[in-house]
Amino acid sequence: MSPETFLRVLGPQPYRVAYVQPSRRPADGRYGDNPNRLYKHMQLQVILKPPPENVQELYLESLAAVGIDLRKHDLKFEEDNWESPTLGAWGIGWQVMLDGLEVTQFTYFQQCGGIDLDPISAELTYGLERLTAFLQDVDSIYEIAWVRDAEGQSVSYNTVRHQDELQLSVYNFEFADVQKAWKHLELYEAECQALLDRYQALSSDKNAGEAEKKRFPLLGAYDLCLKCSHLFNILDARGAISVTERVGVIARIRQLAVGLAKAYVAQQTVADQKGQVA
Amino acid sequence: MPDFLLEIGCEEIPARMLDDAREELSRRVKDLIVREALVLEEGLVIESFSTPRRLSTVVRKIASTQADTTEQVLGPSVKIAYKDGKPTPAAEAFAKKVGLDVSKLEKVSNPKGEYLAATITRKGRGAVDVLSEFLPKEIASIYWPKSMYWRPGKTERFVRPIRWIVAVLGGQVVPVEFAGIKAGETTHGHRILAHGPLKVSDAAQYTVLLEGASVIADSKVREHRIRKALDAETRSVSGARWREDADLLQTVVNLTEWPSVVLGSFDRQFLSLPEEVLVTVMRDHQKYFAVEDASGKLAPHFLAVLNMDADADGLIRHGNERVLRARFNDARFFWDTDQKLPLVGRVEMLRAVTFQKDLGSYFAKAERLVHLSGELSPILDSVGRKVDHAAVAEAARLAKTDLTTELVKEFTELQGIVGGLYATAQKHSQAVADAIYDQYRPESMDDAIPRTLEGALLSIADKADTIAGMFAMGLVPSGSKDPFALRRQANGIVRTVAGHKLPLKISMLMGQALKGYAGGDAIKKFSQQGEAYAKAIQGFFRERLEFFLREQGLAYDVVNAALAAGDDDIVDVVARAHAVAAVRPSADFESISTSFKRMKNILLQASETKKRVADPYDPASLKEEAEKNLAAQAPEVASLVKSLGAKKEYENALREISRLRPPIDAFFDKVMVMVEEEDLRATRLGLLQMLVNDFSSIADFSEIVTEKK
Repeated sequence: MSPETFLRVLGPQPYRVAYVQPSRRPADGRYGDNPNRLYKHMQLQVILKPPPENVQELYLESLAAVGIDLRKHDLKFEEDNWESPTLGAWGIGWQVMLDGLEVTQFTYFQQCGGIDLDPISAELTYGLERLTAFLQDVDSIYEIAWVRDAEGQSVSYNTVRHQDELQLSVYNFEFADVQKAWKHLELYEAECQALLDRYQALSSDKNAGEAEKKRFPLLGAYDLCLKCSHLFNILDARGAISVTERVGVIARIRQLAVGLAKAYVAQQTVADQKGQVA
Repeated sequence: MPDFLLEIGCEEIPARMLDDAREELSRRVKDLIVREALVLEEGLVIESFSTPRRLSTVVRKIASTQADTTEQVLGPSVKIAYKDGKPTPAAEAFAKKVGLDVSKLEKVSNPKGEYLAATITRKGRGAVDVLSEFLPKEIASIYWPKSMYWRPGKTERFVRPIRWIVAVLGGQVVPVEFAGIKAGETTHGHRILAHGPLKVSDAAQYTVLLEGASVIADSKVREHRIRKALDAETRSVSGARWREDADLLQTVVNLTEWPSVVLGSFDRQFLSLPEEVLVTVMRDHQKYFAVEDASGKLAPHFLAVLNMDADADGLIRHGNERVLRARFNDARFFWDTDQKLPLVGRVEMLRAVTFQKDLGSYFAKAERLVHLSGELSPILDSVGRKVDHAAVAEAARLAKTDLTTELVKEFTELQGIVGGLYATAQKHSQAVADAIYDQYRPESMDDAIPRTLEGALLSIADKADTIAGMFAMGLVPSGSKDPFALRRQANGIVRTVAGHKLPLKISMLMGQALKGYAGGDAIKKFSQQGEAYAKAIQGFFRERLEFFLREQGLAYDVVNAALAAGDDDIVDVVARAHAVAAVRPSADFESISTSFKRMKNILLQASETKKRVADPYDPASLKEEAEKNLAAQAPEVASLVKSLGAKKEYENALREISRLRPPIDAFFDKVMVMVEEEDLRATRLGLLQMLVNDFSSIADFSEIVTEKK
């Protein structure tokens, strides 16, 4: 989860952002053999905070904008809620089905980092490979034309990505060193926690200046938290996490995320006050 | 006499919640109108509608205002209200409270004396006024299994954001406001097909108006239209039929406002995949209806229900076909990948799969299943039922391994079934494969029980293990709370044991199941063992048995009578209950039941007054002919009943007991039990005690509800 989503949905500040996010899920890797599954896929993430009243209509217009004539297709909003236990985040929403294909996850975030959101945000997650395959009418993601030149010569998704899918599947499923991955997880966790502790000390220090609080690298800490989350996924893909460990590790990462969310909200308040003075 | 329309326009409401919410809204509106006395003499006609984007209630003809009401209010007593013929401050205060002049107050007499009174006329409120006051609360109170908040700084919750509200009464807007939305008279048609908003001027024309905007508001009408469209599309394939699926139909009815159907096809080569997999992909993942050929075999077609008027260019069919092809390709890919590691090689992997967070992994569960089913199968042997012990053990060992397969990770609803299919593909015996395939059966009241004894044992062991672990942790279902579906699982055990007539007693089964946890980590979390566990289990299963017997159409008193005589042996309870039901209509049985109730009452009275009961009693001490006669006949009948009971011929046994009616009737006619003479009384009580003891092993007759008291 990019900080543009995880951190920006926190607190009262309105925010709107759209960005492409490569999403990596080690367990979904299929060695580049499966026409529809990828270890890494691209999402267009849109955050609308707070969501405008016509957010669904805006969404439909976005589909029209990429060339989908909705009068010629079948569109349904089907219940699908979203949750990330490791990040203490969840929301209510739909999967948007276009001619039977899920093209978007539409979520009204309710909680993030264990904090009730106010205002809430709408998050639109467009599955770019799926949308493109739909628009180009191809059966396999690997047949997607990544780019086409003036003569109509194209570079395929296969050319750009296949090697990545194959080798990262091999790495995640076969080569990733379980012992080292555990060690990395512990190291990143420890550093993240140390940063959180330092921020905690700083924020309760009456002599600390606002500038010092404002420049404190919570984003760096979030980066470390994300690394933990990814390592957890790698260990999971390797089948290295036992049942008892699983609950515990999820709780550990969640604790980092919750701590970060709290610290970030506090830091924003510092920044706000400063802004008002200026 | 205006009509009233309330429409809540909402972002897409989940299909599974729509029907309940529609009914609840209409019930709430109805209750409100009744409560607020807006019902006309001819009664209420209420119609309720729903689509994914709206919940609506139309009430035909309600009163436009409440009738005026008069009410008498009592004040202070006249003694206090007047002093020397002048009104006191008490009288003045009362007059002020009711808004009348003191001179307008009345005097009424009641048993306590004479009091001041006032007759107050309350003006009836207008319906618009009443509705606008109370409707927001009704809207807010609708129950949703999962709801959300959406407005900054506001706490109201609803299933999804509300975007408009229509509330009109006889052409006039009712000023209702909820979640910042002010009700108006503007509604919206189909997202894509309608042209702009619509004005609702007449509630009676609501559905017609919406139909013009490509919305069928009535879900029954949508269902009918979808059925007809499914029929019509299927006709283009000769001999084909679409597979009836009530749940799926309800889902697509609630996913559409303007439904139509397209028929798509898929490559025949996919028919080599198991039908279970293909149908699951179509139904659960794509919400397509499956099509079968004249012989009932799956045909390479599917039916998709659209929320669109037509598919003129065939683009929608083409898109759905492509998605299904990808899905089927996935399924095939998973199937092929899964074969690379047979089930046997997956047992160790179960260490990483959670069964329940405190009860450990599926690896541990599998070990317990092997052990428990191994305890159960010899019991079947002992009554001459042939069980393949090795198959039971192997099936138990492999039962959960399909949880590690790609196919089950993708299609979780196929757990068990996939294991069974893989076991067949991997050349395990039919007995092993069938047992694995059927292990989760029965999943509902309508679902079949496991086909084989091996499957039945595995299914029972699996469910008993889960229930035992949960109960030991104190996670007992209560009221509507049963998050682990333990009731359903216990129902499954009862049905399976009864269906296969298995000699498995509940206390033994659940005791063995609990023992399976011994020595493991889970036991640290156990809060309920020993007597407390046994009691909780007994009460829980008794309820399940009651439910099961009632489902078979047995009267509740018959069920109670049978259960009172023992609730541990499921097969036996069922046989006894049916025997009781069979003899219940006879006059003799009715009379016997009344007599047993009498005996029990007398014995109860005796015990409460601490009267001695001779046990055993001495028949020689009896005096009257009637009692001697009863004492003489009873032992013979008792021994007959006992031997019939041993052969489980309960109906015959009960008929034997009925033969005691004449001597029992004569006894109660001629003999007084509670006589003064201590020895005689104790002997007579002893006789009754003997009768109750000897004849209550099939059913407790005193539970039977008889006509005369």
